[in-house]
Amino acid sequence: MNKVAAALHAANGRRFDNVEAARSYATTLPFAISGTFGGHSSCVELEITPPSAASHEYFLCDLGSGVRPFGSQVIARHGVHAPNTFHVFISHMHWDHIMGFPLFAPSYLPGNELRIYGCHRDLEAAFRRQHGSPSFPVEFDQLGASIKFFTLTPDTTHHIAGVNVTPILQLHAGDSYGYRFEYNDKIVVYSTDSEHKLNAPAATERFVDFLRDADLVIFDAMYSLADAVSVKEDWGHSSNVVGVELCQLAGAKHLVLFHHEPIFDDARIAAVEAESRRFETITRRVYRALEITAAYDGLEMEL
Amino acid sequence: MKLNAERRADIVILQPVGRIDHQAAEAFSVALAPYLELCNASGERLLFDLSALDYISSAGLRVLMIATKRTKLVGGHLAVAAPQDMVREVLQITRFDLVFPVHASVADGIRAWSGDAGALTPDEN
Repeated sequence: MNKVAAALHAANGRRFDNVEAARSYATTLPFAISGTFGGHSSCVELEITPPSAASHEYFLCDLGSGVRPFGSQVIARHGVHAPNTFHVFISHMHWDHIMGFPLFAPSYLPGNELRIYGCHRDLEAAFRRQHGSPSFPVEFDQLGASIKFFTLTPDTTHHIAGVNVTPILQLHAGDSYGYRFEYNDKIVVYSTDSEHKLNAPAATERFVDFLRDADLVIFDAMYSLADAVSVKEDWGHSSNVVGVELCQLAGAKHLVLFHHEPIFDDARIAAVEAESRRFETITRRVYRALEITAAYDGLEMEL
Repeated sequence: MKLNAERRADIVILQPVGRIDHQAAEAFSVALAPYLELCNASGERLLFDLSALDYISSAGLRVLMIATKRTKLVGGHLAVAAPQDMVREVLQITRFDLVFPVHASVADGIRAWSGDAGALTPDEN
């Protein structure tokens, strides 16, 4: 309702001869009015090489609800007969990070291979638990794809399908892990569900090294700093401001604000994005300029 | 980072000087500790004069959050005053302006605490 009202107000009496003209005008409105940041839980694809209709190797971080539309796109691209491989890196097994898996259509198709990596030893058990009665009508063992689990060692670089992958332990209930991906000369860091205590320079330096020179940092920016160090301390999440600071110290190029606070509406997330950019500008001093983007469902970025 | 201190009646005015970055936050915390010991319901009030503070990191703000929690716990009072434009914006963006009172000047901060007229200098009166 608020968005419709804002769009009508912004139109200021304009007349549109057809829907296409109105649609064209809508693209000029701020994103928080014309679109939405969405509400899917965590799932990020790293497209290492461009996919075609032929079989492909996909890289994913987490299997939140966002993996369902991703799976539909994969099937639309390849059909149901091309065998694909999915390398999946799991930050942790809290439900919002694996809940999309039962609805990931490629996992039902024989010929597909899912290689699920993580640092938790009980990774497979968490996946099996959410499949089958009483949570889901299909048992895990009925899935058609080949599904294998691999335990990775933190602080060690693993060579996986041509990509160097380094996990790091993060502060979160039950532990979570961030991943640094290096391919050719590009570096992407996926770091969600990660609290930064800010009380030990050595811990800060450790994480700065993890982000060092990254082209893209996908970062848990759920709370304001004041909330993160007070009423929501020990809740296992971080803030936009800490994301900017760590990226500045690390010389990273682009920060993506990720894992938005669910109670924030689009206007609030847009405000956080604008404030983060302002914070980066006024504190830049000797640091390289940092691009900042608030993640939204379907966001695509090219490095 | 340096922390100047000046007592005026029952108010201690603490003036951090320079930058409180991730490295300096611990020194800030250590320098602040003795004044927190004295800040309680019947003791001294803490007013931070931020006019000489060029930058404060999230780690530095965390120290202020801990100080605020501690003073509230014992019925004490803590406020900040006279932030430079950049620091004032940082307080707004981080929502720390909702954590403690932010006064435009040290004099405003003193006036906000009733019964402290004696703490004002002749220029501030």
